[in-house]
Amino acid sequence: MALKVPRHEMPCQDPKERAHNFNEVALGYASETAIEEAQRCLQCKNPKCVQGCPVNISIPEFIQKITEEDFEGAAAIIKQSSSLPAVCGRVCPQESQCEAKCILGIKGESVAIGRLERFVADYEISKGCKIPEVAPPSGKKVAIIGAGPAGLACAGDLAKAGHKVTIFEALHVAGGVLMYGIPEFRLPKDIVQNEICNLEPMGVEILVNQVVGKVTSVHELLQNGYDAVFIGTGAGLPNFLGIPGENLNGVYSANEFLTRTNLMKGYRFPEYKTPVKVGKKVAVFGAGNVAMDAARTALRLGAEEVSIVYRRSRAEMPARHEELEHAEEEGVKFQLLTNPVSIQGDEKGAVKSLTCLRYELGEPDASGRRSPVPIPGSEFDIEVDTVVVAIGQGPNPLVTQSTEGLELNKWGNIVVNEETLETSIPGVFAGGDIVTGAATVILAMGAGKKAAAGINAYLKNKG
Amino acid sequence: MYRVVKRRQLASAPCIVLLEVEAPAVAAKVEPGQFVIVRMDEQSERIPLTVMDFDREKGTITIVIQDVGYSSAMINSMEEGSYFLDFVGPLGVPSEIENLGTVVCIGGGLGVAPVYPIARALKEAGNKLISVIGARSADILILEEEMAAISDELVIATDDGSKGIKGFVTNGLEQILAQGTKIDAIWAIGPVVMMRSVANFTRPLGIKTIVSMNPIMVDGTGMCGACRLTVGDETKFACVDGPEFDGHLVDFDLAMKRLSFYKDEEERAKISKDCDCGKGAQ
Repeated sequence: MALKVPRHEMPCQDPKERAHNFNEVALGYASETAIEEAQRCLQCKNPKCVQGCPVNISIPEFIQKITEEDFEGAAAIIKQSSSLPAVCGRVCPQESQCEAKCILGIKGESVAIGRLERFVADYEISKGCKIPEVAPPSGKKVAIIGAGPAGLACAGDLAKAGHKVTIFEALHVAGGVLMYGIPEFRLPKDIVQNEICNLEPMGVEILVNQVVGKVTSVHELLQNGYDAVFIGTGAGLPNFLGIPGENLNGVYSANEFLTRTNLMKGYRFPEYKTPVKVGKKVAVFGAGNVAMDAARTALRLGAEEVSIVYRRSRAEMPARHEELEHAEEEGVKFQLLTNPVSIQGDEKGAVKSLTCLRYELGEPDASGRRSPVPIPGSEFDIEVDTVVVAIGQGPNPLVTQSTEGLELNKWGNIVVNEETLETSIPGVFAGGDIVTGAATVILAMGAGKKAAAGINAYLKNKG
Repeated sequence: MYRVVKRRQLASAPCIVLLEVEAPAVAAKVEPGQFVIVRMDEQSERIPLTVMDFDREKGTITIVIQDVGYSSAMINSMEEGSYFLDFVGPLGVPSEIENLGTVVCIGGGLGVAPVYPIARALKEAGNKLISVIGARSADILILEEEMAAISDELVIATDDGSKGIKGFVTNGLEQILAQGTKIDAIWAIGPVVMMRSVANFTRPLGIKTIVSMNPIMVDGTGMCGACRLTVGDETKFACVDGPEFDGHLVDFDLAMKRLSFYKDEEERAKISKDCDCGKGAQ
């Protein structure tokens, strides 16, 4: 019977309107809708959805609480596994995680687990969050480098275990990619800060403006009384294509474009003093979430035409489905099977056009993905005045290169023990994008939690 | 929060102000050639400023700012006892200080401030130090006494001839070479056009010339590439690979174009507020 009820849509701002403002696009479920959606859950005895969640939230349990209208109870269940549910409910690619495993999804539509998680978290925020219980002080100190999702999750679990935790953050605000990368219209910054604020009453100290690698180092932290260190510095080094013209005016890395807009609130210039500049025609290279965020941001900053330029086809786009749909509804155009070969500028050094090649999909490669192959002689030009390069990020080397004895792989990511997440230096752990390369928020949080478990075990043995 | 413990006005038109700021963690680690990123308050942008001096015992960093737009005007109006919201550093790679023989340190305009700690360190490392400082005119020439105190020889050049040689810092360099001095290395810091002239002047002579680039920056930690430059045939991020580079390899024309990208926005952000010059303590 439950199968016949369709998945409940989430109300959204009208695409025409929202394409010109930075307010949140998806508006969230009302209580009645949340209860109805929760009733669709079959309460499986052996829930597959839990396995699909990188932090294994007890999904059927919290959904059951929603059907009982016990929203606070639902929140408490989620909080056992996740410290940032309002964030994850919004930004997780549920279609490839929890919702991908939902039994209802086989013949119909899976339960909207992400939307329900978000509903519960938002409800809890509106009522004032409860601070999780903290174990008695262990007398141990742990330093966490980087206040992104991995570091925050690690900090939360370590504080619960009674350790004194200090987070060292290079930027002037905690949150990492949640603050500088993901735009306001997808993840309101108040919500991020609210969830981060919950860590302080648990005894977590967050120090901002601390560039580890410059102002202090991993080895100094170990010498200065920290019993363990967690490195969660992420993948913050922008990749460029290395094509001619990439240093022209009007060519941004997605990191710069989004940092100016989100972290520095450039969209509110000149009230906020950081400028961000888009022209009339914008090309965004890449097709991941970062590319979608950049494209939709460009529209909101006043661009008339924004195109995603991607060398594969639509099926291979790595972005979250919902964002892809939202981008399309808002009028973002897609130049698929297309790859830029050079950028041309005018006499002032400003971008004026792109030269691209058409591609076709060839044989599947080792990973099973059909690799894009350029079509000879297919060059064509596109007129653009702004380019945003969103083709991925590498590991930021500030911490890794300043830490003697830290084993790295050939891409510069930190090598860890897969069980404990301990690095080649005893007492130093790492997780998130600095280990895996650019991935998702929830995977970073999962790694943070795993490392916290590893650190707890290490500190116990250390005595 | 980072308290301004001392303010000294160095020039009035344009307004140039020296601020000594309490930032013990930065002061403990900073080396000549490095910089900080500051943000005055919640609405402010992050701007990079090269360190002019530091006092590890007092835990202070000295910066020198010239009024060129909204943010610098606001910072220049900060009184003693006021606070920076954010003060991040030390950033960038320190200068490579060693005993090279005879070195020439050139500071143009505001560039005298960042060249000062490098010159002092080079002197302490046993080099013979010749300094060339320049400005448009004598009244906006800064830190003359400080530079004189550490230099074996100080050459001054002003565009209008109101002090020292009439002309540019390159004319000062010509004068040194005319005396038959053998120069082992040059540090040149100032406006990009000045650094380009020095590099163009020394390239045919084969004198090693180091410049400190001042591109637009946002985070200052290598995560965005706003500060990228073309050096040789490579793209470099000035905030993590520099800010010092081999002046003979830097694409200065590109650097100048990139610096002008936000000109219109900078105008819009400006307030019709006159500099506080003359009112502040001298």
